[in-house]
Amino acid sequence: MEYEPVIGLEVHAQLLTETKLFCSCLTAFGAPPNTQTCPVCLGMPGVLPVANKKAVRYAIALGLATGCTISKTSLFARKNYFYPDLPKGYQISQYEVPICRRGFIDIDLEGEKKRIGITRIHMEDDAGKLIHDEENPVSRVDFNRTGVPLLEIVSEPDIRSPEEAVAYLRALRDILLYLGISDGNMEEGSFRCDANVSLRAAGEEKFGTRTELKNMNSFRHIQRALFYEIRRQRALLDAGEEVLQETRLWDEAKQATFGMRGKEEAQDYRYFPDPDLIPITVPDEWIEEIRESLPELPAAKRERFISVYSIPEYDAGVLTSSRALADYFEDAVKGSGEPKKVSNFIMSELMRELKRDERDISECPVTPAMLSELLVMVDQGKISGKIAKDVFEEMYRTGTKASEIVEKKGLAVERDEGALIALIEEILAENPDQVAQFKAGKTKVLGFFMGQLMKRTRGKADPRLSNELLREKLAE
Amino acid sequence: MRITKEEVEHVAKLARLKVTEDEKETYAGQLARVLEYMDKLKEVPTEDVAPTFHAVELKTPFREDVPGESLAPEETMSNAPEKDSDSFIVPRVI
Ligand SMILES: [Zn+2]
Repeated sequence: MEYEPVIGLEVHAQLLTETKLFCSCLTAFGAPPNTQTCPVCLGMPGVLPVANKKAVRYAIALGLATGCTISKTSLFARKNYFYPDLPKGYQISQYEVPICRRGFIDIDLEGEKKRIGITRIHMEDDAGKLIHDEENPVSRVDFNRTGVPLLEIVSEPDIRSPEEAVAYLRALRDILLYLGISDGNMEEGSFRCDANVSLRAAGEEKFGTRTELKNMNSFRHIQRALFYEIRRQRALLDAGEEVLQETRLWDEAKQATFGMRGKEEAQDYRYFPDPDLIPITVPDEWIEEIRESLPELPAAKRERFISVYSIPEYDAGVLTSSRALADYFEDAVKGSGEPKKVSNFIMSELMRELKRDERDISECPVTPAMLSELLVMVDQGKISGKIAKDVFEEMYRTGTKASEIVEKKGLAVERDEGALIALIEEILAENPDQVAQFKAGKTKVLGFFMGQLMKRTRGKADPRLSNELLREKLAE
Repeated sequence: MRITKEEVEHVAKLARLKVTEDEKETYAGQLARVLEYMDKLKEVPTEDVAPTFHAVELKTPFREDVPGESLAPEETMSNAPEKDSDSFIVPRVI
């Protein structure tokens, strides 16, 4: 039977605030265990949490960037459950009235656009970290992460394939990075994704029984886990068996999902409004201020790059993958005026170097102005395109300007006719056989002479001029 | 409104409480009376009243995103029944 997968995603994005959601402890990753805690985030009796203004404003920014309605008043609620990483015995989250509702993200799959709905975006605090002991049946608890602000972004079940899921996640992550409100680092857990997956017979309206997938730590894991789970559910349904509603963990080593037992009772969270926290009332002027300060978002930038710079969709996609890279490109174009050439150079030479050194564009030793200068020199015929690549490598290695390198190393194109003619005469005298072949009509040997000339000038001979001079000398 | 023994057991389990058979009977009765009181509240006409989110009407207080002092790990863990030099120790959960 034909089945259609129905996928909804829940993303947890850690916000880039300096302090926690309800107390002034630091959020920095990697501090020694239990050095960033206080009575508020440890859930001691009698403490009073106070919401971090920046976290609330960040939530509104994401809401506005994804076309959500911003709730004038929203509530914090307690989600009650026991787990050793949760010192309060409840998580402070939002339940009935989240801060953002009903938005969307447009994704692009090989040229096909699709709109994925966002059900809600709400704020909540993170739990601590458990480190399981290798030898003894104990776990160590580090509460540094406890209380760090998260946004939970819940999509509509609009996603129909693992590829769409990854495209949605990439688009969401790009938006978070553009807004500068999260670092989107999946390895450090600041961008985590759970997926709800079910199958339904093609043409059927009603959703099938879903499973919830967890423990996927990269886009690749997510794609593989979804593929696996769709296949697993299809096999069950084809065999006339039922899909069990449960939480399943992705095991990357075994390339499979496994049911998590004993979780069903934990679903009874007994949400209620947190009596320690007053409802959040968002001032109107905040919404306007934040709306005005929103940067150009990835999708809009991509469209603009295609229309303004006339570069292919592929290039625009690569260049807008980060705001810093897009800015780099635009600055370099300003100085050289050749968008496609700048784009080519960035996507090949520059990105190769950065990738090799695992560097971010912000750490690139070659500034946009330096790249412009180099490309202008090529354009004006001062150096050859081939030599430009060598010059660029040196610029990247040493941070030196192109003009300085070209001068110091004598890499400028050789245009001195006298010097070229002297070399050509030398070459012709040394290779009488080839000269005879040329004169007998075998014009292909011209390439041989050019090769010799380039060798003697270390690639610097002006190709057009050399060609002319060679032909002249051979005709004599 | 009646509260069954099973409901008491469920709530006790969620709260990680051990209750004896006798206590289950007692709590079933007490919880039922609490819920009856809620029924009484339902008698108040509230059609024209906006929902109250909080008992105190206050403007939302916000905190600036400015770091403050955290506790020293020794202090954080001073009440822990089991710990090592820098972490709480708990029975293994997974
Ligand atoms: Zn704290």
